[in-house]
Amino acid sequence: MTVHFPIVAASVSEWIARPFLPLVTAVPDSQLSALNAQLPPTLSFSLSTAAPSRADALLERFPLVLRDLLTGWLPEPLRWLLNSLLAIVAILAIFGLLFAFLTLAERKILGRIQNRPGPNRTPLPFTKLRFFGLAQPFADGVKALTKEDVIPLGADRVLHYLAPVALLAFSILTFAVIPFGRNLVPLELDAAVLYFFAAGAATELAVFMAGWASRNKYSLLAAMRALAQLISYELPLLLSFVPVILIAGSLSTTAIVAHQGGWHWGFIPNWHVLTPWGFAGFVIFMVAALAESNRSPFDLPEAESELIAGHLTEYSGFKYALFFMAEYFGMCALSGMAVTLFLGGWQAPLPFLEIIPSFVWFGLKLITLLLGFIWIRATFPRLRIDQLTRFAWKFLVPLALINLANTAVWSLTSGWTGPLQLLRWALSIAIVVVPFVLLGRKLSAGVAPRTYRYA
Amino acid sequence: MIAFLLIALGTLGTAAVALSLRNLIHSALLLIASWAGIAAFYLWAGAEFVAFAQVLVYVGAVSMVVLFAVLLTRRSREDLAIARESIGRAIGALIVGGAVLGVLALAVISTPLATAPEASPPAATVHTLGLQLMGPHAAALLIVGLLLTVALLGAIVIASTDTPEKTKNTT
Amino acid sequence: MLGSGLLQGLAVTAKNLVGSFHDPARFTTIEYPEVKPALPEAYRNFPFLITENATDPMGTLRCVACQICEKECPPQCIYIEKSKDKKPDAAGKLQIYPAVFAIDTSVCMSCQICVEVCPFDAIKMDQVFEIATTERFNALLLNREELAKPNDYYHRIHPTEAAEVDARLAADRKAAEEKAKAAAAAKAAAPKPPGAAAAPARSSSNSTAEPKPAAATPAPAPAAGSTPQSAAVAPATNPKLPAAPSAEAPKPPAAA
Repeated sequence: MTVHFPIVAASVSEWIARPFLPLVTAVPDSQLSALNAQLPPTLSFSLSTAAPSRADALLERFPLVLRDLLTGWLPEPLRWLLNSLLAIVAILAIFGLLFAFLTLAERKILGRIQNRPGPNRTPLPFTKLRFFGLAQPFADGVKALTKEDVIPLGADRVLHYLAPVALLAFSILTFAVIPFGRNLVPLELDAAVLYFFAAGAATELAVFMAGWASRNKYSLLAAMRALAQLISYELPLLLSFVPVILIAGSLSTTAIVAHQGGWHWGFIPNWHVLTPWGFAGFVIFMVAALAESNRSPFDLPEAESELIAGHLTEYSGFKYALFFMAEYFGMCALSGMAVTLFLGGWQAPLPFLEIIPSFVWFGLKLITLLLGFIWIRATFPRLRIDQLTRFAWKFLVPLALINLANTAVWSLTSGWTGPLQLLRWALSIAIVVVPFVLLGRKLSAGVAPRTYRYA
Repeated sequence: MIAFLLIALGTLGTAAVALSLRNLIHSALLLIASWAGIAAFYLWAGAEFVAFAQVLVYVGAVSMVVLFAVLLTRRSREDLAIARESIGRAIGALIVGGAVLGVLALAVISTPLATAPEASPPAATVHTLGLQLMGPHAAALLIVGLLLTVALLGAIVIASTDTPEKTKNTT
Repeated sequence: MLGSGLLQGLAVTAKNLVGSFHDPARFTTIEYPEVKPALPEAYRNFPFLITENATDPMGTLRCVACQICEKECPPQCIYIEKSKDKKPDAAGKLQIYPAVFAIDTSVCMSCQICVEVCPFDAIKMDQVFEIATTERFNALLLNREELAKPNDYYHRIHPTEAAEVDARLAADRKAAEEKAKAAAAAKAAAPKPPGAAAAPARSSSNSTAEPKPAAATPAPAPAAGSTPQSAAVAPATNPKLPAAPSAEAPKPPAAA
């Protein structure tokens, strides 16, 4: 498979279709080295050749060694089952803890940004040691568990019960295809990216179920908003990562990460975000991910100043906690996908930093993105529903489509060398920036810039 | 085979219950479950890509449109009371259902089916599927894309009836 | 350009985040139970009774159980029972004292009216705010032992106001002594037994004219010049009425 095309194609339809060829082709992990050998040397992207040696490092293999120690003595079918169960337990434990401390980090950072300390006095159990309130999430958990579970009289009991369960289940499903490290992918799928977004799209259905089943006007409004938001933002979300598949030539997450390995001139990582189309795609992806995970400034379904708590209004106790958990899991999964698609997955940013194992790099990038989510929440006010949908349809979708064309150009010009490289970069940047400025000017005409005289 | 039967039972069962329920939202949610069953069937048949596309498009997007339509059109609970015991309605339903059944049955019967499964059909990976779609079937893909675009534009034209003059008049 | 405002906003919040770690002007939170807040001097909450001597609080209450505060209290949270006997007060004069003085803090609204009507500077506003109890009724009903606090405490919580009150009381006492001296001198000069000044005061009201002849004489130290005048008027009638000539008196004369 090659990305190097002759300009003149045999038939018109074939020529039009060619840039999109890699879109639907998959590269199994085992064939990566073969693929690497096939790639023309003129490509600025080349797969990491250092990978095999690094993959043998003890720290790199540590999780697998640990797993084999635990299950290695078992017969084959049972071993496979136990390995899968172990992967599930590991994901649940790690992301459960991450969720717990993310809630604490969010509250502390929000507090600091508002110039107050945030939760800082929950002591460790049976002691007076506070440790900056590190035990707060567990106190919250105990509180949620011991609270009364109230179901409204008029509620649809089955759906009311099912909604948080379904939401959490769909959120956890998405973790299955994210490569957490060099050897750490729970499930290898040819169509992994598609699987991820298919599972993610179903979460909004659960939000709708929660809103409708509560038989509460605020909840129902929240459900309507959730639907409108999903319809609007699913499209830019999907369009924003299509360029990655176009360039990487695979829907498999491991192949996409492997494609971003290696360094340009020895120190610039080949991450997608460091290209014009990749950067634009990353920004669009993150904006749409904010909307998908119902985070501020797109938290219209649970807008607490208008809708009490939106679809959560009639939930209490542990079901409420499940909703929260699902929200943070969704956030983690989308951030993990953004890391995988644009930020080089588990790849280290510099060659000598490869000593640090790959899963640490993945975790660092993931946490950086999550902190970004929190920072954004602390900064921006909520949008109105019409602003939200207008922003999606009139700005993000056209921009994502233009970015797709931009990527096709980038792919077609991959053979350019020398000074032509500069031209290629200039062309690609222009294709992104000019529509951005024009669209922005058109959309904000008569609205911005505002002057706040009393602020 | 057991898996296939279970999936078929789930798909048909949810569809049947969706038909019989009087609560529109429950029907819609069960319909979505039925679509998910179809996706499971694709998965069982080894068509990974199609299965995930089915989930993404039907469970993710079409379901939203269905639910939105239900929420926006139902005015009150009294609207749900549809006259059941109408003979004309029953006859019409029987005729239409019978016609569809006949067409489907004819199509199935007239198709030559291999009685014994051949030596395992080639696994349709995303790779081969992509090559097929972009190679021999590129024209069909383009035509479908064009059709959908036209349909979308038509929908926009129909939906955007209020011209600036009209809004001026009404306000 | 679109988005520049968003970046500015992000910069503002980032500055706040960083600033909260090193800039005390940004990070103003006081961690309350460990660090007590510095209350402003004018802060007031619930009244207390002033005693002259901390070693014998019940013996040296300034309160003479005149019950004006009890009558004036809008939510009626004060309850006073007069004593049957008299005890010497700080100045050594025999006075009635409150046998029971109780304030229901669950009712009190800290309006300070009791303080403003008190002619004897015996009740003042406290600064306590941690009076939460585990018992609903009796624990919030403070009796006179719980209400009595020494004058030093008053000086500690409201220094300016306490200095004014003390200066006024000292001036009044001095004026009373001078007047007593003058009366004694007059008595010595003209051996006509009943003093013109002291006697009617004692008979008109049970309260004392002597330690506080004029409750509302012009406030602090410079009052020395005006003392003869007020001292001349004060003993004649109820201690509150002569407040009229002193315009800048801190306490408005309450209607009896």
